[in-house]
Order: sequence, then C-alpha cells, then structure tokens
Amino acid sequence: MAQVPVTEGVFTWPSETPQLIGARCVACDNHMFPGQSGCPRCTGDKTEEVLLGRRGTLWTWTIQGFPPKAPPYAGDVDVKTFQAFGVGYVELPGQVKVEARLTVADPEKLKIGMEMEMVIIPLTTDADGNEVVTFAFAPVA
Amino acid sequence: MTIEVAIVGIGMHEFGRTEGVSGMDQGVIAVRRALADAGVSWEDMQFAFGGSLAAGAADTMVSLLGLTGLQFINVANGCATGGSALFSVYNTIRSGVFDLGIAVGFDKHERGAFRVNTKGAGLGDWYGASGLALTTQFFGMKINRYMHEYGITNSSLAKVSEKAFRNGSQNPMAWRRKPISEQEVLDSLMLSYPLTQYMFCSPGEGGVALILCRADKAHLYTKTPIYLKAAVVRSRRFGSFEVLAPSIALQHNAGPTVDGAKAAFEMAGMEPKDIDIAQLQDTESGAEIMHMAENGFCEHGEQEFMIQAGETEIGGKFPVNTDGGCLANGEPIGASGLRQVYENVLQLRGQAGVRQVPNNPKTAYTHVYGAPGIAGVTILQR
Repeated sequence: MAQVPVTEGVFTWPSETPQLIGARCVACDNHMFPGQSGCPRCTGDKTEEVLLGRRGTLWTWTIQGFPPKAPPYAGDVDVKTFQAFGVGYVELPGQVKVEARLTVADPEKLKIGMEMEMVIIPLTTDADGNEVVTFAFAPVA
Repeated sequence: MTIEVAIVGIGMHEFGRTEGVSGMDQGVIAVRRALADAGVSWEDMQFAFGGSLAAGAADTMVSLLGLTGLQFINVANGCATGGSALFSVYNTIRSGVFDLGIAVGFDKHERGAFRVNTKGAGLGDWYGASGLALTTQFFGMKINRYMHEYGITNSSLAKVSEKAFRNGSQNPMAWRRKPISEQEVLDSLMLSYPLTQYMFCSPGEGGVALILCRADKAHLYTKTPIYLKAAVVRSRRFGSFEVLAPSIALQHNAGPTVDGAKAAFEMAGMEPKDIDIAQLQDTESGAEIMHMAENGFCEHGEQEFMIQAGETEIGGKFPVNTDGGCLANGEPIGASGLRQVYENVLQLRGQAGVRQVPNNPKTAYTHVYGAPGIAGVTILQR
C-alpha cells in the first residue's frame, strides 16, 4: 500500500528522518510553523523555508477523548472504534513550539517536560487505497 | 466635554435549545423586550450594530422589526461579536453622531463541539484533517499547563462547574437549570484531559439586545440608568498562547485578556479592587479560573484558595458568573458577551431575583475570550 502525506509542504516525506517545514524571518530569526510569508514578531515581509528540529520537550498536552467532527477530520469518527489520541505542544529548542498529535494517549505516561521526537503515523485510507499519513510526536524511548 | 453612555434597556431571549424558533427570531424577540424595558419603540432607534456567527446577517431583522431606514451595521468578530457590537454602539454615542441606539447579538449552533472552518480561520486543510482543529483541545492544554505551574486542583475545576449549575438553577433564562455536584462533574465523561463533559459549556442558542443612550438623556427612558464606563476589544500580541494555533512562539506574552483588562481599567479610572461582581468567559471551568487572574482580580494560583473558600459564590467576597456563565447558559457566539452585560445590568439594578448579589453592588465587569485570540471587556457602574 502506498503512503501519501495528508498535505504537501508541511513535513518532508518520504524520508527516513522526516522534519516539519517551517519558515524563518530573515530580519529577526523568528521561527514559524507552518511556513508563512510575513513575520508576526517584527512585521517583516521576508521569510525563508527552514526545516525544524526533530526533537524537543513536551510543553503541554491533552487527550482527544471523542471523535472530532468530519469534515474536517479525516481519521476514524466511528464512536465504536474511535481511539483517543494525545495532542500537545512540543518545544523545539531555539525555534518554536509546534502543536501535534502524540502517539501516547495515557495520562500516566505523559509528563510536561518529557523528551519527544517527531514520527509519521497513519491517519486514514484514501479513495485510491493509499495510506494517508500525518506527523506526530512520540516519547523518546 | 466627554459624552458619557448609559444602558437604558435590556432584552433577552431564553438561552438553550428552542425548537422551531430561528436564531434571527430569537434576536428579534430580544430586541422587542429591550424596547419594552426602555419604554421606546423601534422607530426611536437611530442606529444599530448587530451580529451572529451562524444565524444570518443581523441587519435583515429590520424586515421583521420595521423598515425605518436606520443605520444598521453588521458585526462579525468571532466570540467577541456581541462585545464588538456593544463597543461600536458605545463609541458611536460618545462621538456625538447619534443619541440612542441598540446592540443586538443572537445565534443558533448545531449540537456538539464547534466545527472549525479551517480555511475561514486561515489554516490549512491538513490541520483539521489531522485531528487538531478543536477548540476543546486548546482549553485542555492551557489549563493542564496552568495546573502544572500554579497548583490548581481538579476539585477546583469541578467546583467552578458546580457553582455555575447552581447559579443557573436560579436563572429562568439559563439553559442548564439542574444543580450538579462536584463529584458528578468529576465523574462525567473525560472529553479533553483534564476537562470532563460537565466542565465544558456547549454551543447553544439565544439572543440579547441592549439599548444605550447619551447619559444626560438616560432619565427619559429609565429610573435606573447603568453607566458603561469602559468597552474594550483587543486582539493577541506576539507570543501569546491562543486557540487554533499550529505553533506558538518560544517568547511568552500574556495575551489579549490581560491587555484588554488593563485598557478597560484605565478607561474607567478604576482598579480591579473597585469591582464588585464579574462575569468572566467560562468556556470551560478552567477558563474561569485562569481569567480571574488574567483580568487582574487575583494573583496566579490564588484562585485555588478563593474557590475552595467559596469567595466566587453569589454570597462570597467576589461573585463570579452569577447567572451561571457559559457553563449553564451555553454559548450562542453572537449573544454570549451581551448576556454577561445583561446579567450585570440586572445585578446593578437590584433586579436579579433569587440570585441577587447582596449589599447593592455598584460596579460590574464582563470579559469574553475566543478564537483566534480576542478578548472583550466592559465595566459598568450604577
């Protein structure tokens, strides 16, 4: 089964070591995710693409306990089979805090400040039978 | 000479679920009740600002109320729609252009958590597709971090909900009028850790209208004018932590509530200690707790003691969300901020019935917060 990213331009794929694609302000070095053309810190209008770090620390988190509405959600919305998933912000040192799904959904196993690493996870299957993947962060073993 | 502004008429359509009555009609009913309260007719309205998120363009209600030719401007500003309508009426009167006008907000939302239009919010489709575009997630993450930093307990989260439903049970306009115990709140379904089902408000229905005039003409319409001393709307600054944000800066900024509160106190020439009661955005119980400090009514972390001691109850030192707040009233976006002002007017007039705050409160504060990082604040004085 072929794997396709949920969108182009948000993370590098395919890749052995996938990275989020952000932007850096040429004037003030502010890092943004996803990429954008203007800088909300210095109001500058020149940014360049930057690949974000793959490791960081968990800044805060929650657990999505009910199926999101579809659309926009592309994953499983069947209340009988829906699996709760973690959501958090991971602080990438010197760059930015990014919001992402977490591979862990157990409150006992999530701690603010723990080390996290970016991974790619399956989200759904599209009409052509491809596995649609998105990015997430997993605790560093 | 600065023109002062007074609220001279208030009207509300019951919040909750009203089958067979459109959101627009609920707005019209609120307008008619406000007109009756002020003893004026629709023809007397010189101008209007109004809005809803999901129930149609407010200015079309003139076909139901009367085609008088008044200036009617639609307002669309997310969760601050009602607050923005009020801000606009306030400043129109202060500018001297008109003497008497109305702010109206109403809404009618589908059941369940808000379905976020990611394109409309300037976000990529991947964001919602990946399961991230839920406002409920933000609230869970913000209070989880806050509890970690300031030692707020789950018990206090649940006590805020218990208070909301108790106050709602004393409010004939509220949606949720059945008291729910702290333990029932804690035991309800975990929706977005650490927040359970009864810690969240629900999108709902309702309408509110407020009639305002130049303060020097208020005696023409009411014996109990309530003066609007400040009305402020603020958007976010760099570094704040807001709802629907795929990323946030490393640098920390306190957010639009803190900015809005400071500006409002300055405008009114008051300090937090001068405020007798407050209606604070309680999208979920943690929000009420955090907003107590963000608006300047206590230090971060002090809420734990205040809530456990009952200080924010109707009979307490600093009553908060006396009408049951969003938790008991639900959140019809266009009307929600105006509902808070409606409640404060009742309290300052001494007309709040069984939930009347004792000792004749003289000053009252409202605060709304919402996507994409916007806050609206008002200060009223008797």
